Amino acid sequence: MTEAAYLQPPPPDYLHDGHTLGSWLFTTDHKRIAILFALSITFFFFIGAVAISIVRLELVTPAGDLVGDDTYNKLFTIHGIVMVWFFLIPSIPATFGNFLLPLMIGARDLAFPRINLLSWYLYVGGAAFTVLTLLIGGVDTGWTFYTPYSTMFSNTAVLTAAMGVFVVGFSSVLTGVNFIATTHTLRTRGMTWFRLPLFVWSMYATSIVMVLATPVLAMTLVLIVAERWLGLPIFDPSRGGDPLLFQHLFWFYSHPAVYIMVLPAMGVASEIIACFARRRLFGYSFMVYALVAIAVIGFFVWGHHMFVSGQSPYANIVFSFLSFMVAVPSAIKVFNWTATLYRGSIAFDAPMLYAFGFLGLFTIGGLTGLFLATVPIDIHVTDTYFVVAHFHYIMVGGSVSAFFGALHFWWPKITGKLYPELWARAAAIAMFIGFNLTFFPQFVMGYLGMPRRYHIYPPEFQVYHVLSTAGAAVLGVAYFMPLFYLIWSFRHGGRASANPWQAQGLEWQTPSPPPHENFIVPPVVSEPYDYHPQEGPTAGGETSA
Amino acid sequence: MSDTFLKPPFETLERQHQAVSFGMWVFLVSEVLLFAGLFAGYSVYRNLYPEGFLVAGRQTDIVYGTVNTAILMTSSLTIAVAGRAARAHFGRTARRLLIATMTLGLTFLILKGFEYREDIAKHLLPGPSFALAQPGAEIFFSYYWVMTGIHATHVTGGLIAVGRLVIASRRDATWLSGSASEDATALYWHLVDVIWIVLYPLLYLTGRTGHG
Amino acid sequence: MDETSRRCEIWIRPLLTWAALCLLLALTCTLAYVPMGSANLPISLVIAAVKAALVGAVFMRLFKNNPINRLAAAAGPVWVFVMFLLMFADYFTR
Repeated sequence: MTEAAYLQPPPPDYLHDGHTLGSWLFTTDHKRIAILFALSITFFFFIGAVAISIVRLELVTPAGDLVGDDTYNKLFTIHGIVMVWFFLIPSIPATFGNFLLPLMIGARDLAFPRINLLSWYLYVGGAAFTVLTLLIGGVDTGWTFYTPYSTMFSNTAVLTAAMGVFVVGFSSVLTGVNFIATTHTLRTRGMTWFRLPLFVWSMYATSIVMVLATPVLAMTLVLIVAERWLGLPIFDPSRGGDPLLFQHLFWFYSHPAVYIMVLPAMGVASEIIACFARRRLFGYSFMVYALVAIAVIGFFVWGHHMFVSGQSPYANIVFSFLSFMVAVPSAIKVFNWTATLYRGSIAFDAPMLYAFGFLGLFTIGGLTGLFLATVPIDIHVTDTYFVVAHFHYIMVGGSVSAFFGALHFWWPKITGKLYPELWARAAAIAMFIGFNLTFFPQFVMGYLGMPRRYHIYPPEFQVYHVLSTAGAAVLGVAYFMPLFYLIWSFRHGGRASANPWQAQGLEWQTPSPPPHENFIVPPVVSEPYDYHPQEGPTAGGETSA
Repeated sequence: MSDTFLKPPFETLERQHQAVSFGMWVFLVSEVLLFAGLFAGYSVYRNLYPEGFLVAGRQTDIVYGTVNTAILMTSSLTIAVAGRAARAHFGRTARRLLIATMTLGLTFLILKGFEYREDIAKHLLPGPSFALAQPGAEIFFSYYWVMTGIHATHVTGGLIAVGRLVIASRRDATWLSGSASEDATALYWHLVDVIWIVLYPLLYLTGRTGHG
Repeated sequence: MDETSRRCEIWIRPLLTWAALCLLLALTCTLAYVPMGSANLPISLVIAAVKAALVGAVFMRLFKNNPINRLAAAAGPVWVFVMFLLMFADYFTR
């Protein structure tokens, strides 16, 4: 049967399996839906980037000379909303997760292909509301929609912005349901739970968070709409409401949402580090337990966003303690990645450079997170650039680095083309330098007392703001570089073989790009990360470690 | 026969059914968390305004509430038996029971509409002409309207899903025996019933022992 | 087993469950009018939980179901519990 399959002419790859616009817009192929998501989030990435570029330019001088205060508020708000919900949340799961999850477990597609397509259309629906928000003048509440400002006072387009986030939330929930059901029911023969690649585990853990947290945000936004539009008293203190209730509900989603962004990045890092160190991943089962532990404990810590809000001091202590707890599994992961590198034969290809970037920046972001989990320090740096720097180290330094690492690592698989390695390494290094130049000064000025969300500031902070804006310029160039050389590679790049990295994992056992329904011959499952640099690749996986 | 139901990426019908019902369960968990956001707010405000909630709870219409609870529980019975009938290959019985479920669901919504009309006539819609002065009473009714409104949206969604089954099986009622969507639809309908079972004491049984 | 008895059999357990649900509804509605002070609410919620459990166990067939479906069903209440626990950790200690 195997030979017969080889003798037949190969089926067309998924990129050439239909050329009409309809064959893309009505596809149920998870790989094509992943491409649709990738194009959509790239569009929003640049919208969010343009907004923040204007903010950074405005902050070059202490005076408010480029934009006024209202415009400034709208710019950072749209940056936050777009980057969180229209880029980071779907970034790795809806693109690489969508593309790779079925391939990695040896399935022909996700369990519910049509729901997967619906998920993209829901994203587009939410995106339409967001674009509408921009067109009718924007929104100025900050991405957190805090009440009573958002419901009682803001005279900007809060309703359409909230609707956009509400709709895109269902896209997350459906993707999560699909991933969970797929992982449970479509693993190929021999793909036991403890042979799953860590990227699949990270998608599974992320999906749990998506399914359990996102509906709470949806309901919170419904309550915002009910209060603002229908005039029902819910959070309004003048009619007996409690604004802190909003914050509890909002952060019940929005803290776990950070793990929706960073767990997939951890999965990507695990794949890349094992491959380019040519080492079996250190402590595989601990890595799995750590992923699940982070996903679960991540639900218990939301109150650390509310230390100065008037929350009870006893609750502060509890949430502070629980926030320290979540650092334990995160630290296990960082140590295990480092241990994987030990005595590995490390190759410094672009994906590995991004993975190293992730490792270092995530660690800094995580450690400063411990500062912020400590109540007295948090009180000192609340609403300063210290907080801004901290979460950008996690979300940009961590997640976006991993996103670009994944993009380069799986680019040959997704497009069938090789990217220009030299350019890619240059972009990776520029991104790392630009990132640190942008955000490290923010730690310093935040600790010195520069508050966030102000467009006018005392002149003594100017040096940090100028450094930060210069870094943002480098970062901007670094983000544009892949756009150009990857488009070039897609047209003119050399043909990629099925497994250009000699990587382990079922996705490398099918041609690049894979055909419709993924596998021409059934893939052979082996132990995960079975890298043996001395012996060369082994089949079957029954060899000793 | 079974080929008509087997859809890629699945290789066996059994596995496909398992995936659909498990997928629906996972979705239902997200629905539970959706309503949890409301239950949490309700509890917080009930704790802040115990008196206001008792006074306001007395104003909801217990007759509509109780009759509607009974109707929804009965619709849960009909759709549960419909599933058992479908699996035992009594396709026509199953289809009739699905139609009965839809009728009951529609009755629920119509009664809810009448109840809303009376609520508005009694000035129980929060706003400048709201009937009760007790602090917290207005918040109770905010939750009343949002909770019942979101629940009614779910009933409507359930009606569409059951209606889809009824239409799909119009030529061949045996279709219900093989399709996995029958099971998933029934699970969704039951959850909508369960949510109402929890809403009922919160909205209709509150403050009944008091006066006024 | 002939067809009539098979037709009857599919009704037995759901009908019994429905009868129990109706009894519990009558009970909770009646108890709501019995002055018990602060006990009224917990009692009505316990009855609601029993009713919900009946629907889950029999109508939704959790009683004899795939363990994985039961695990999914348990996740909902567990997470709601976490939400309430930590939220009221704030409200009850302010």
